[in-house]
Amino acid sequence: MTQRVVFLGGGTGGVMAANRLARMMSEDVQKGDLELIVLTDSDEHFYQPGLLYIALDQAFPEGFSRPEKRVLLPGVHMVLDPAVLVLPEERMVQCESGKKIQYDYLVIATGSVPDLDAIPGFREGAHSFYTLPEAMELRKAVQQFAGGEVLLIIGVPHKCPVAPLEFMFMFDEALRRSGMRKEAELIYTYPIGRLHSLEPVADWAEREFAKRDIHSETFFNVENIDPARRVVNTLEGEERGYDLLIGIPPHTGARVIRDSGLGDRDGWIPTDRGTLRMKGQDHIYVLGDATDLPISKAGSTAHYQSEIVARNVAHELRGEPATALYDGKAFCFIEAGLDEATHITFDYKTPPHPSEPGAMVHWFKLAFNEMYWLSLRGLI
Amino acid sequence: MIGNVDVTREIDARGSFCPGPMMELIRVIRSAQIGDVIAILSSDQGSKRDIPKWVTKANQEFIGVETLDGYDRIIVKKVR
Repeated sequence: MTQRVVFLGGGTGGVMAANRLARMMSEDVQKGDLELIVLTDSDEHFYQPGLLYIALDQAFPEGFSRPEKRVLLPGVHMVLDPAVLVLPEERMVQCESGKKIQYDYLVIATGSVPDLDAIPGFREGAHSFYTLPEAMELRKAVQQFAGGEVLLIIGVPHKCPVAPLEFMFMFDEALRRSGMRKEAELIYTYPIGRLHSLEPVADWAEREFAKRDIHSETFFNVENIDPARRVVNTLEGEERGYDLLIGIPPHTGARVIRDSGLGDRDGWIPTDRGTLRMKGQDHIYVLGDATDLPISKAGSTAHYQSEIVARNVAHELRGEPATALYDGKAFCFIEAGLDEATHITFDYKTPPHPSEPGAMVHWFKLAFNEMYWLSLRGLI
Repeated sequence: MIGNVDVTREIDARGSFCPGPMMELIRVIRSAQIGDVIAILSSDQGSKRDIPKWVTKANQEFIGVETLDGYDRIIVKKVR
């Protein structure tokens, strides 16, 4: 009898997990004993780290997307029909068209959604770079920037925890190259008492900020924005003015998760930190931003988790116990300007240690921007 | 007595380097109701120093910290 695995979400996590499982169980897929379906709301696959380069006018958007069908291995079927409800008791997903899809195992990779309405005034007052339309608007503001106070604010949680630092380093250097840096004051803010949640990264950033005359404020959590007066008000009771406001919007879980009652109040799914199985559900696995795990919401997290999820689902399909365990591993490049970068790697037990930025890591990051399309296919 | 506090929500942030226990706490405080009591489990040594500092600055109520087997349980009440 044919077994069916449905992957909810056609982003990094869903595609990598589906492709890896197709490789692991290629014979069953070829014989028709295993059916793999990626259920997605978009026929384009966008490489999200490209948004930073687009927003800063360092790249055009065209190079960062591919047709979704082209990133799936043979044997993995795409269904373009957004999921609107998951019914675990019936092992079924309901789609926007009304179609209902049964599953033997469900892999949820619905990601996270920047919530532009979480902070009152954000939509009118702040620019961000977490979606393509927002990045394109910010790109215009960067191109037209004529000097003044640039304030960067950060909502929590948000994906890619190093992106705000990268934005400051890259904008600083772009302004220096265009001769505009003297006209600008760059102010970076952070929710907790240092410049990044990872202490070694915070220490490193503090040294780099001092060299580049980038100012910072900590314990800074924006409660609302007053676009008319060009000020932000914080949870801590402070008011701060700006000329150009860059905001990292707080993220929530996907709507289908909240509507299905699968997540917590913010839509994050309770997930076992080792097996990545959804807590309380024997036939559902979760990976990437969609989990409630207290780890970075980032592509690399989904990348490492996709191996574990694919192996555990393969075990289950063979009637074996799910023995693969995720160790919390994440890897992040950090652009430290326009031609140098560093990187960090860490897991549940090992904190990261950023090295001195250099040109080689920057070039490797640019190379990875192309290699991503291979990693999606489970090759690297 | 911390043991008698009625906790509304507990967050297990043990082993979290990024975003880290305090970011998890801020995230949950934002979506909590006034009056909710939040407990956060942290294996990060800096948490019991940094969290009370932020709680005071943000005018929330720090209830206390329990040191358990290799981790701390830090309790905070949302009051505004």
